[in-house]
Amino acid sequence: MKRAGFDNPWLPILLLLPQLSIICLFFYWPAWQALRSSFFLEDPFGFGETFVGLQNYTRLWDSPQYMKNAWFTLWFSFLVTFFSLAIALLLAVKADTVLRGARTYRTLLMWVYAVAPPVAGFIALILFNQRWGPLTEAFAQFGWLLRVRLEYFDTAFAMIVASVWKQVPVNFIFFLSGLQSIPRAVREAALIDNRSGISRFWTVTFPLLAPTGFFLLIINITYSLFDTFGMIDTILRNNPGDQPVTLVYQVYLDGFRGQDIGGSSAQSVVLMVLVLALTVFQFRLVERRIHYT
Amino acid sequence: MAELSHTILLPPEQARAARPVAPARRHRRPLRWGAVGNHAVLIAGALFMLAPLLMLVQMSTIPDAQIMRTGPSFEIGDRFWPNLEKALTESMSFSGETTGLNMFRNSMILGLGFALGKIVISMMAAYAIVYFRLRFATLAFWLIFTTLLLPLEVRIVPSYEITQKLGLLNSWTGLIVPLIASATATFFFRQFFMSVPEELLEAAKIDGAGPVKFFIDILVPLSRTMIAAMFIIMFVFGWNQYLWPVMVSTEEGKFTLVQGIKQITQGLEGGHIPEYGRSNILAILAVLPPVLVVVFFQRWFVKGLTESDK
Amino acid sequence: MARVTLDRVHKVYPNGFEAVRPTSFQIEDGEFLVLVGPSGCGKSTLLRMIAGLEDITGGTLTIDGREVNSVGPADRDIAMVFQNYALYPHMTVRRNIAYGLANRGTPRDRIAAKVEEAARMLNLTDHLDRKPAQLSGGQRQRVAMGRAIVRDPALFLFDEPLSNLDAKLRNQMRIEIKALQRRLGVTSIYVTHDQVEAMTMADRIIVLNGGVIEQIGTPAEIYHSPASTFVASFMGAPPMNLIEAAFETGAVRLPDGTAVMDAPGGRSGPITLGIRPEDVRLGRGSATFDVALVEELGAHRLLHGKLSGQPFTAHALKESDATTGSHRIDLPFEALALFDRETGMRL
Ligand SMILES: Nc1ncnc2c1ncn2[C@@H]1O[C@H](COP(=O)(O)OP(=O)(O)OP(=O)(O)O)[C@@H](O)[C@H]1O
Ligand SMILES: [Mg+2]
Repeated sequence: MKRAGFDNPWLPILLLLPQLSIICLFFYWPAWQALRSSFFLEDPFGFGETFVGLQNYTRLWDSPQYMKNAWFTLWFSFLVTFFSLAIALLLAVKADTVLRGARTYRTLLMWVYAVAPPVAGFIALILFNQRWGPLTEAFAQFGWLLRVRLEYFDTAFAMIVASVWKQVPVNFIFFLSGLQSIPRAVREAALIDNRSGISRFWTVTFPLLAPTGFFLLIINITYSLFDTFGMIDTILRNNPGDQPVTLVYQVYLDGFRGQDIGGSSAQSVVLMVLVLALTVFQFRLVERRIHYT
Repeated sequence: MAELSHTILLPPEQARAARPVAPARRHRRPLRWGAVGNHAVLIAGALFMLAPLLMLVQMSTIPDAQIMRTGPSFEIGDRFWPNLEKALTESMSFSGETTGLNMFRNSMILGLGFALGKIVISMMAAYAIVYFRLRFATLAFWLIFTTLLLPLEVRIVPSYEITQKLGLLNSWTGLIVPLIASATATFFFRQFFMSVPEELLEAAKIDGAGPVKFFIDILVPLSRTMIAAMFIIMFVFGWNQYLWPVMVSTEEGKFTLVQGIKQITQGLEGGHIPEYGRSNILAILAVLPPVLVVVFFQRWFVKGLTESDK
Repeated sequence: MARVTLDRVHKVYPNGFEAVRPTSFQIEDGEFLVLVGPSGCGKSTLLRMIAGLEDITGGTLTIDGREVNSVGPADRDIAMVFQNYALYPHMTVRRNIAYGLANRGTPRDRIAAKVEEAARMLNLTDHLDRKPAQLSGGQRQRVAMGRAIVRDPALFLFDEPLSNLDAKLRNQMRIEIKALQRRLGVTSIYVTHDQVEAMTMADRIIVLNGGVIEQIGTPAEIYHSPASTFVASFMGAPPMNLIEAAFETGAVRLPDGTAVMDAPGGRSGPITLGIRPEDVRLGRGSATFDVALVEELGAHRLLHGKLSGQPFTAHALKESDATTGSHRIDLPFEALALFDRETGMRL
């Protein structure tokens, strides 16, 4: 707040009204609904509901399908985060070093940010086409016959490749800006103190990039949890069968398609807790870092 | 989070201009090879990013029957324009409403409507929070910023039910407004307003400007670049929405391009010859506007992205 | 033009901090009043209360007989120049200067004429169509001045307007502002922590410390008869020497026993003795000054060392006096100031 803020009594209320009413209607109400119905079992024909306590949650715990998807989500998030961060870091470091064509590289490496996830899925379907997909053919050279959408593992592989492709640009942009904000004097001092470029990277540049990295870590986990929905839905062509799906996809399947409101609400709440934990973790990190600087 | 944005904040052009011309250049041989290696890595990266798009374009220039047999190749055919015309004007379904042009228009409405709505509403709220002495300012602040914690996806089913209860299915309001119910842009504008020097408001007060005049004459012009950056990010975000439109807009007349991808892929499965040419053009159409916006307004976009922490 | 009266005005910030204790004084029509004091003493708070940018917790503020406690800043007929100038960065110089007039519904042609006139007065005519970012520090400062004078306000308020300028420009602008104020004859309140600005510009100075007025007076009064050790040490560069002494056996004596003056009225007990460095007479006298360091300043020299074991500084006009080692000095009776050791108040 500004020290000499306006005193007008009704104008701020008027200004806040649109935002507040939208979030009450489309944020707090649904969030509350999710929380509430996670403790109820709804009649599939819409006649009443019964309080079942934690049963919806224990049902999840006991469901091998749900646990399998939870494990998949974990691995999927981990691999997507790891590879997209690693590739982006490598590219950012190189793009920061070259003098010629730096702008062109930057543009070429970041435009994919704007590609919608379902299009990424569409491209993956072509690349991994059973008959003539370029990547299918490439892996066949090494004796691996990919059967995406038929084999659990192969589908997961295609999903990871598409997600990494889509996520590298964001990480690249952040890493590059992180690199560019390292003061020139620090680089010069490091250049004098340390002859080896590789050791210079790990002892000076990398620690200075760590804050950006931590921040991106959270962004990437959130991305692989939520923003991959469209890509997955496209690859599975709306028909998951026994193929891998993430937890968000499962919420959609159970709640929207399967009409299991209680179960899908319980899943939503689990996801909410997960996101809250991530956010708290992120704030803790940020606080710690303020301490350092 | 404020702290974060400062660490990540970059003045790209400046930083680049100030960069020393790598002194290591004097040792000639090792660095030459190093430079070649750097370029090799970057070119490989650029290809990794670009190749899939080029493949889409290539596939849209050759006849569908040939693709069905051989898949993508390096051959450039002559089917691009006929395919483009078909994609734009022929409907994918019986209703006759899922033409490329129609879906393009719907995507534009979603992208622009979302970006505009979000910016207007967020700026108003941020202005109220930062520039007014408000008894319940803290409460409003927390009410609004708690929404940063949970993305739409985790409350998707109840959101759908509420939209349905309100009779907003298959309406632009029902499509756009629930997407606005998060505070990303508000948070961002608040950060920006806080960084505007206090004295500007005080000088304006002495100059006789009231709250409305100050907002229009001074704050909005000052926020121009910020608004532009937000607009780009929000446009891309809105245009690329998938899950929510799939649930809320079930009438084909309301389909967006991104949503249409689903129809496209299902079309590729049918018994006939899959229409790869047309599908690929629709896919290209679905990525082109956001990509162009991001590429052409790169500086604002990067600034907005890295400063807002998303 | 206006007369400003503060009657037990005080300020408590919402967090409970009392930045200005109840304060009363009056500023005469056309007067140039300088508020000076160390950082955080409440100068800006006081000024901003007069401007209407900060609520007044208690007391009354009147401008020209009208109580203005609850009048908005735009309606107090004041103009203010800020330390960082607070120019509107997206407006040209012309619009910056005209903005206040336009908001008051002044007719177009009249605004144009007034802006031209102000620009001429401030040498800004060639820069009217530039944006603030394209101006030098001194020019921006002038635009801020222009914004203040076009409105013909009854009262000018300045909050450290020169502290963002380099030393040379500061001197120049100091003279310009003072001359302008003389010419326009507008009552002005000027906040600074620079004592040279305070001494040279003020008709009267208010020395503020910890939210309390230490002294009000003309520059000469403040300099020559400081009301407290705080004022004595705050004004003047180098500041007044303050040494511990005591009333003993009918005289004021330094700790080593040297008598420096007769004690008035047979008092006794510890005191603080003050003397300006330029009032110290070198070469003869009863006290011994051990000089450890000589500072050459061109026109004169400063001798730093110890008097009776306490830090002490003296002016040396003659080069021959400027040597290290022991000097005999005299502390002339008429230049001495005596302060209560406990309260710091002048005796
Ligand atoms: N909004 C506020 N809330 C609480 N305390 C404040 C506030 N603004 C200022 N203060 C405190 O009031 C005191 C006086 O502040 P003020 O800004 O008037 O000082 P100043 O004399 O102008 O100092 P400077 O020379 O540094 O500008 C300071 O101790 C400051 O910390
Ligand atoms: Mg101040």
